[in-house]
Amino acid sequence: MAILMSLDPMALLRSMPGAFAQGLVWGLMALGVYITFRLLDFADLTVDGSLATGGAVAVMLIRGGMNPWSALIFAFIAGMAAGFVTGMLHTALGIPGILAGILTQISLYSVNLNIMGRSNQAVSVDKYPLVISLRYISDSTGTRIQVFTTSILFCVVTVAILYWYFGTEQGHAIRATGCNQQMARAQGISTNFHTVLALMLSNGLVGLSGGLYAQFQGAADVNMGRGAIVIGLAAVIIGEVVFGKLCAGKHFAFAYTLLSVIAGAIIYYIVMNIVLWLKLPSDDLKLFSAIIVAVFLAIPYLKTRYKGKERAHG
Amino acid sequence: MAEMLKIDNIHKTFHPGTINEKHALNGVCLSLDEGDFVTVIGGNGAGKSTTLNAVAGLWPIDSGKIFIGGDDVTRLSEHKRARYLGRVFQDPMTGTATTMSIEENMAIAARRGESRGLSWGITKKERGEYRRMLATLDLGLEDRLASKVGLLSGGQRQAITLLMAAIKKPRLLLLDEHTAALDPKTAAKVLEISDRIIAENHLTAMMVTHNMKDAIAHGNRLIMMHEGKVILDIRGEEKKKLTVEDLLHQFEKVSGEEFANDKALLS
Repeated sequence: MAILMSLDPMALLRSMPGAFAQGLVWGLMALGVYITFRLLDFADLTVDGSLATGGAVAVMLIRGGMNPWSALIFAFIAGMAAGFVTGMLHTALGIPGILAGILTQISLYSVNLNIMGRSNQAVSVDKYPLVISLRYISDSTGTRIQVFTTSILFCVVTVAILYWYFGTEQGHAIRATGCNQQMARAQGISTNFHTVLALMLSNGLVGLSGGLYAQFQGAADVNMGRGAIVIGLAAVIIGEVVFGKLCAGKHFAFAYTLLSVIAGAIIYYIVMNIVLWLKLPSDDLKLFSAIIVAVFLAIPYLKTRYKGKERAHG
Repeated sequence: MAEMLKIDNIHKTFHPGTINEKHALNGVCLSLDEGDFVTVIGGNGAGKSTTLNAVAGLWPIDSGKIFIGGDDVTRLSEHKRARYLGRVFQDPMTGTATTMSIEENMAIAARRGESRGLSWGITKKERGEYRRMLATLDLGLEDRLASKVGLLSGGQRQAITLLMAAIKKPRLLLLDEHTAALDPKTAAKVLEISDRIIAENHLTAMMVTHNMKDAIAHGNRLIMMHEGKVILDIRGEEKKKLTVEDLLHQFEKVSGEEFANDKALLS
């Protein structure tokens, strides 16, 4: 009771805009995870490294005098390069997907340290015209709105581009590759080429998200991507569980699905903020996230198993 | 008549040098003329499907050559060879992308052998064409263009896979026991569709089957395989007069064994 009394509802309310903005930024990364995990059927662990790569590249370029918007383009390209490496390890060298991702992720740790010269680099909002910043949220209503419009704009434009892309011939080829490699090859699709392509696109988005997030929190850190894959998966799965029924069978169903991934990321951060507000130990956050993801990944499997048993008895 | 397929003395050994070593193909030779529709029979492990897979390029062969319509495809990878081929598989799950719609699957097949760029994956004009093609199947699929293929039955999927295989008028159609996983009624329907599609498009085709009656009733040629070789090649008038008993007798004569396959005897 005493604990409940000590909780300040206003503090929770105040933390919400930050959580919302953070969810939007990580939503971009979750879209990248959606591309590999759901469309390509490839559990890509590169993202833990490529997120920090995007952040490191953006921060170092901004510190070197580049426009923060242009720096994001290079964060995207850096992410694509990381995806390319994982793709080649998997397709050209035959290394299993998960291991290929882990190898790239581990090597990116060193690469990121080299990019930054040390384990973290700050980029102060006082000195640079950052695209978005946590500071803008607390400053005034005007700047707060600017953060939201910017990050919402990023998400909406990305969803629109992805919606278009996966409706093109190339996008179809990626989806066929992810769904049924035998069918794809029989229809003349190079599954290797399209696997690499999808990994590059996915990690490009993750790098972009890293570049934005580094600006948002005012620093890039070599550990900023640790556990990113789990957050991305959580966003994808929360989006599917909460909005899946709403999206199915509609016109533009795919666009709704992509938006639900971003919504999933926002819900994830709101829940995390509530957990922190309840003064649950923050050390346990990652354990908590992992359990959420494990439970929701297990539900569809357990459902089919249960149904299978029912049929066998009937 | 032009030669459409030439298989020239191909060999393939799986897992060489291990306890699982298997000489799957031991010098297969076969030549198909344009418009030939050959049925392929033989016991388990005779090399029927392996021959089709060698033509499709699933793995490199150890020796020999394969020509399709005069082009040497021996060293081409599977997806590059796809431009010459239409393929339907035994498992109805294999031929289509289940998470994609009927029209998307067909649009993917319609771009077989072409480069895939950033234009729309499917156009309005195509949709009308696909609707017309699906209507010829008489399965009610023409009104379900946007349905996911995963929702369809095995027979419906095989019918769509057949349309997809024929959509680019391939030089060679490969049917790998494509009715074996279906119930008898559906199998008959899919066979009927296969016959029609082959005739309408004047396709050259190879059809592997376990069913001797089907092998006799369809196509203008019949080959029998045994231990990775073609041991019998019957065509024209001679094939028309063929009976299941003849085939069993021939098999025993050529191989010195009984045709130990219940499925073939019972059907």
